Amino acid sequence: MSKLSRRKLIQAGLATAAGASGIGIAAHLAAKYGLVPPDHRGIWGLGETLDYATQRLLTRHSLAREFPRSMISKPPMVNELAPPSDAFKSLQAGGFADWRLTVDGMVAKPTTFSLAQLKSYPSRSQITILACEEGWSYIAEWIGVPLSHVLDAVGILPEAKYIVYHSFEPDWWDSIDMADALHPQTFLAYGMNGDDLPVGNGGPLRMRVPRQLGYKSVKFVAHLTVTDSMKKFGKGLGSAAPEAGYAWYAGI
Amino acid sequence: MATSGSMPLEASVRTPASAVPAAAIPSRHSALVRVTHWITFLCFLALLVSGIEIVISHPRFYWGETGNVLTKPLFILHIPSSRNLVPTGYGYVLPDQNGWSRYLHFQAAWIAVFTGLLYLIYGVFSGHFRRNLFPAGADLSWGALSSDCAKHLRFKRPSASEAWSYNTLQRVSYLVVIFILFPLVIWTGLAMSLAFVSAFPATVTLLGGEQSARTLHFFVSIALVVFLVVHVVMVCVAGFRSRMRAMITGRVAAPKERP
Repeated sequence: MSKLSRRKLIQAGLATAAGASGIGIAAHLAAKYGLVPPDHRGIWGLGETLDYATQRLLTRHSLAREFPRSMISKPPMVNELAPPSDAFKSLQAGGFADWRLTVDGMVAKPTTFSLAQLKSYPSRSQITILACEEGWSYIAEWIGVPLSHVLDAVGILPEAKYIVYHSFEPDWWDSIDMADALHPQTFLAYGMNGDDLPVGNGGPLRMRVPRQLGYKSVKFVAHLTVTDSMKKFGKGLGSAAPEAGYAWYAGI
Repeated sequence: MATSGSMPLEASVRTPASAVPAAAIPSRHSALVRVTHWITFLCFLALLVSGIEIVISHPRFYWGETGNVLTKPLFILHIPSSRNLVPTGYGYVLPDQNGWSRYLHFQAAWIAVFTGLLYLIYGVFSGHFRRNLFPAGADLSWGALSSDCAKHLRFKRPSASEAWSYNTLQRVSYLVVIFILFPLVIWTGLAMSLAFVSAFPATVTLLGGEQSARTLHFFVSIALVVFLVVHVVMVCVAGFRSRMRAMITGRVAAPKERP
């Protein structure tokens, strides 16, 4: 009996040591390969990191499902929206001719774009699902310029790790990693279902990240910042979502 | 250990040190089964509470790829919602709890999956599945099954010897939970992940769409809750204290009868 329990004790000790060093090595590798989300600390860090790391490994290049035109949801869904600010209303009154998208941070040429400039780039469209974390969803055709095209135009520096995007409306911002930022279906969308993007759906300009839930597709995008660290933004958790209790990574 | 004789190997080897004075009585459930059972139970509670919270933000269900307040639902739960968007007929809106609910749901799901994998590996290699869960062929005859059902329906308290093995209905329901309901609830959950289905689209297309997956996830969860309720009722019928002690400490009061 005592012989057995000594052997068991040694086995358990070895297993614990192997487990602990395994976790240490895994954490090191995860950090090295960009598999650790900005909101990895705190009681939910384990699940959030596993969600992000696994899905980043499995889905780096996979494409969001696209649908035939016949499956576009009719009538188009419009989510609840806070009343627009006066500044937004005055831009809207001018047909958004004075809408500007500023791109700065770790870029070779910080640039401010008008909508007309963005529309002069090759336009792409996708018919994808927008799903809300609440459980509802709709399919729409999204028309815009791939974010990667705009990032090419400003020349992102090799150290870039995240793209931070701010809404025109205050305290509404989010960020994505480079895998999502350079993904061919990540758009700066200015059109929907063959028309201009309605204000209710985020017009004149909305980030579209079709492999993540709707809250990553921030409406009224006016400012992009390229960065190598999320520590400098807000509370350093990656976006306004974790500050409000929601996960930064919303692929699930 | 010399007394183990005809005892199952698993039970004799895994007798915890605390049970040494009662060394003649083997452990009813191996330590691994007991630990994974309770971790799974805690994860299930966490998944259930957070899952209910998430449903409250949109208590409508659909079939197909998409569904929202403008489309026809398959059915509606007539409960208040945590969002203004949903017409519920109630004059108030509950506070939004989805942030921590979603974090907790996925964290508990990960722990449950790791625990389940450990249990599966153990179950295969220790002979736990073969010995304790797979019913013997003769027990699956209609006669044996119907007499087993009749016993359960009369809430007949099992004999002391039955404290040492699972009856056929028990075996079948545990097998259904472990090999059908748990895999289904994981599958239907993953089918709602936009990123996961971008890499593995068949996960969702086989189910008929993302809203179908959500509806199925709901029904599989209901089935698991039904199992939990029946399971707890059966534990009470068999003797709550003795069965709980067996699953917590591994000890059974009555020595094993040798028929």
